[in-house]
Amino acid sequence: MSDNNDKKKTERRDFLFTATAAAGAVGVGAAIWPVVDQMNPDASVKALASTEVDISAVQPGQSLTVLWRGKPVFIKRRTDQEIQKAREVSLGDLKHPEKDEDRVKKPEWLVMLGVCTHLGCVPLTDKGDYDGWFCPCHGSHYDTSGRIRKGPAPTNMEVPKYEFVNNNTIKIG
Amino acid sequence: MSDHEYTPSSKFGKWFNDRLPLLSLVNHLTDYPTPKNLNYWWTFGGILTFCLITQIVTGLVLAMHYIAHVDHAFSSVEHIMRDVNYGWLLRYVHANGASMFFLAVYIHIFRALFYGSYKAPREIIWIIGIIIYLLMMAAAFMGYVLPWGQMSFWGATVITNLFSAIPLVGESITTWLWGGYSVDNPTLTRFFTLHYLLPFLILGLVVLHIWALHVPGNNNPVGIDIKKPSKDTVPFHPYIVIKDAFALLMFLIIFAMFVFYSPNVLGHADNYIEANPLVTPAHIVPEWYLLPFYAILRSVPDKLMGVIAMLSAILILAALPWLDTSKIRSAVFRPLYKQFYWILVADVLILGYVGAMPAEGLYLLIARIGTIYYFAHFLIILPVLGLKEKTLPLPLSITEPVLGGSPNLAAARDKTEKIV
Repeated sequence: MSDNNDKKKTERRDFLFTATAAAGAVGVGAAIWPVVDQMNPDASVKALASTEVDISAVQPGQSLTVLWRGKPVFIKRRTDQEIQKAREVSLGDLKHPEKDEDRVKKPEWLVMLGVCTHLGCVPLTDKGDYDGWFCPCHGSHYDTSGRIRKGPAPTNMEVPKYEFVNNNTIKIG
Repeated sequence: MSDHEYTPSSKFGKWFNDRLPLLSLVNHLTDYPTPKNLNYWWTFGGILTFCLITQIVTGLVLAMHYIAHVDHAFSSVEHIMRDVNYGWLLRYVHANGASMFFLAVYIHIFRALFYGSYKAPREIIWIIGIIIYLLMMAAAFMGYVLPWGQMSFWGATVITNLFSAIPLVGESITTWLWGGYSVDNPTLTRFFTLHYLLPFLILGLVVLHIWALHVPGNNNPVGIDIKKPSKDTVPFHPYIVIKDAFALLMFLIIFAMFVFYSPNVLGHADNYIEANPLVTPAHIVPEWYLLPFYAILRSVPDKLMGVIAMLSAILILAALPWLDTSKIRSAVFRPLYKQFYWILVADVLILGYVGAMPAEGLYLLIARIGTIYYFAHFLIILPVLGLKEKTLPLPLSITEPVLGGSPNLAAARDKTEKIV
């Protein structure tokens, strides 16, 4: 120490300081993580991950809204006209380009989260400039495929994971 | 901190004060030299302290009857309204108290803007104030969710979804805030906890706010530095205490008018319908005190940019002491700033009005112009104005303009002179 006034040498003490600070930081981080992570969805919330819906009563043009994970899911039985309208649109006109074919498993049935991708309101069915959905909160218009056409929403309405268990039942999740 | 040494008169007082100088603190607060020209716009600090204490006391007793659960929250609030002794009164005071709190804080903020109270050496007081204001908004928002009505639920949904605008991690943050995949029971219970916590954080910051104020002392309508104590100051007690008390009484008349004659006029009828995750109310609007920021959010057609604009509109206030380049504090001596000040007041009121209207057509256009002007005021007008404006001559002391000439100049210079 005495002969090293102008040039700092790494000493045993510097190593101890760094090691203590590093171990302390890891320890504090490990202690804080449970406090932060407890706010994430718990096991009981995750357990409600799927739901089965009977769709036998839905006529063409009608739609059904069911609750899945606390959010509404739109199940719409589209008319031929609506399907045609959704498929005529060129991808260049879309803010979030997606083919209608990629958004449905059977063209007749459109299944998607009934949640506006702007700030989470539930859009109104068969409304808006594109005869699909219209969100009353901040004025987003969706087409008959649930794709965003006008307004502040950034993306199309989300298609959840789902499958046809049989002709009359859909399993969401 | 104290301007002179204080010794308690009693022997016990002296013994106690030597060990814990509480009496010195009380003496500092009562003798605290205050500019004698403070007008009624300066009484809102006291009024705000009253509002905070009222919210804490009524909130504490409401929490004794409220149940934070999605199946019981709505009915427990109705239970408070109908069954609990004076429950209706306590809840109406708490709900309208929030509005009164914001009314007072907006007057307090705009008083600071007019008289330049945010300028050196009071920047820290101002920034603590902005943090208090942010916490107030968070507390008010979470409190509004607790009755679990339609506006509670959908307000919570829209506001928490603001975080989903953050690129990459937005969705995870929103899920983390919710504790699920939508606003639900875990969201309600954590909002209740935080709503309970925030007022005490605010209380702590209020102590810092006042502490920081007592270092340089109050600004005043003339906006000049004054000698403390001198003929330009009066002791806080009894002069300011009695003035604050009178102003508080006037404020309470308005408060009581809302509580007793129109307790629901500031709320939304939709919130008397229980929360329903399948139906969004036709027209979602936040409480009146958040409307100008809501208008800014909606005026931007892009989701992320809208959120950024809204947050910037609040945070830009924290940079105000450095954006305003003028050395003169009070608008009284800044003829141009005074005009721009009133344009800003009008701009914020207009933004508040269009924030309550549907976001379309003319309203949207007005909101966009209002938003641009809001930012231009802080980012262009204030920095340029401070350099270009021709200000009026400042008086030498508070007493000078009243008595003419400067007979008290000597007194103002003499730091040791005291008020008898």
